Amino acid sequence: MNNIFQKRRARLLAMKALRGTYLPPEQIITCPGCGQESPRREVADNLSVCPKCGYHWPVGAYYRLGFLLDAGSFRELDPKLPAENPLSFPGYPEKLQTARRRTGLSEAVVTAVGAIQGQRCVTAVLDSRFLMGSMSAAVGEKLTLAVEYAGRNRLPLIIFSASGGARMQEGILSLMQMAKTSAALARFSEKGLLYLSVLTDPTTGGVTASFASLGDIILAEPGALIGFAGPRVIEQTIGQQLPEGFQRAEFMMEHGFVDAIVPRARLREVLGQLLMLHGKGGRHG
Amino acid sequence: MAEPLTAARRVSIARHPQRPNMEDYLQALFPDFFALRGDRVCGEDPAILGGIARFHGQSVTVIGTRKGKTLEENLKVNFGMPNPEGYRKALRLMQQAEKFRRPIITLIDTSGAYPGMQAEEHGQGEAIARNLYEMSRLTVPVIAVITGEGNSGGALALAVANRVLMLENAVYAILSPEGFSSILWKDASRHEEACGLMKMTAPELKAMGVIDDVIPEPAGGAHLAPEIAFREVERSLLLHLSQLNRQKGSALAADRYEKFRSMGQLSRREDV
Repeated sequence: MNNIFQKRRARLLAMKALRGTYLPPEQIITCPGCGQESPRREVADNLSVCPKCGYHWPVGAYYRLGFLLDAGSFRELDPKLPAENPLSFPGYPEKLQTARRRTGLSEAVVTAVGAIQGQRCVTAVLDSRFLMGSMSAAVGEKLTLAVEYAGRNRLPLIIFSASGGARMQEGILSLMQMAKTSAALARFSEKGLLYLSVLTDPTTGGVTASFASLGDIILAEPGALIGFAGPRVIEQTIGQQLPEGFQRAEFMMEHGFVDAIVPRARLREVLGQLLMLHGKGGRHG
Repeated sequence: MAEPLTAARRVSIARHPQRPNMEDYLQALFPDFFALRGDRVCGEDPAILGGIARFHGQSVTVIGTRKGKTLEENLKVNFGMPNPEGYRKALRLMQQAEKFRRPIITLIDTSGAYPGMQAEEHGQGEAIARNLYEMSRLTVPVIAVITGEGNSGGALALAVANRVLMLENAVYAILSPEGFSSILWKDASRHEEACGLMKMTAPELKAMGVIDDVIPEPAGGAHLAPEIAFREVERSLLLHLSQLNRQKGSALAADRYEKFRSMGQLSRREDV
């Protein structure tokens, strides 16, 4: 019986993951990293990483969960918690509808409970296709519920960030999600539980200035843009061009804000190892 | 009764160069303020001023962002835009307040955290995140007063408080209306339109439950009669502080947590 459910869950996730690609539709695609051409299929089979230079295309939330979690272990938390329009902002409901239709997501984050190499954990993945992965009250609420679920069940937590920052149309309520998620993580941490933060391209604005920077361990995908202010804002402020590599994952590691850079192909293995090193299921006591 | 001011009008009052600033409030309300400096890591950020003072018989920690009234003063304080060193100093002083059981009062007037190269290299995002995280679990009373502009994570990093108060013409928002309109519409000149939509004024935020109290200002703005503004801020601080002083430390932390936990709660729906 259990096996049937597992197979069904695995198939469901695989179907959702299919829509999670950011690769252009052409048969031959040009890498924005090295400018070389590769057959689309080859890139897709390589977890959306350029086989020539290692450039990491962003990937969708379900796609990431699909290659990260043990087959059949995925169970989504709070799938039906959509954004509202708290400021009655003109045009916002239509924007949300379009984003939902285009991505098949209900919001910019998917939260799930699952297992990596047999170790149960709670995983949240932001998806930058949905209004730039911006932080709405729904994103903040889903993340907070996931943190609380992990805390209640004494499970380790992994959050993959990918966000342009605040959801403008929700104004101050978007800002308040920074305090809400950070406070929830403080409570979670007091229970002695593990939080792994994985920064992917791009992690900026209010997400960097809240939960993304608060991991016990912070990992990043190669080349990911990571910062508080966006590069354009900084360039306007200082009136000069930023040097090559500024605010990239490698730069952030050099400056002491990232523990390790992990290529996508090794993520599952590294996360599995870190979960293992923190005891069975991250349990401390 | 005069017509209520538009949001755009309030923004210009909030930014008035003669609007009372951190130093003015210190002089009027905390005359024996003793400044403490440095983040004990690598720097001292003049955009944030912090220290200890006596307030109505009680020792308090006061922390705030600084704005100057002249170009020269503003250059010294980076136009009130803090660097990570400033947020880390603020956190150091807050943790010291926790140790010595002193209430914390923050005075906020900033257009946001500084978007500079060095600020990024020194972890602006991490510094703000750390403040949100640590402030949420302090067990002493924390009162934040937004006196002018309170923009972005740069303001929130000092505003995870038991009571968030705003002067009547202060504004509190995700970012400046100019930044908002340039991100949303790629057109910074539509900032007045943005002001109307952003729900950034004290009465609007009070109605939404984001802030706790509106502190009245003299007609036309605090700069026209600063003494009135000082007395109103003092009265409001005293009122809220006396209420919070009666609460236990654990209750203060729990109430503060619940306050921010409830911001933007949503209901599950089946139709998406």
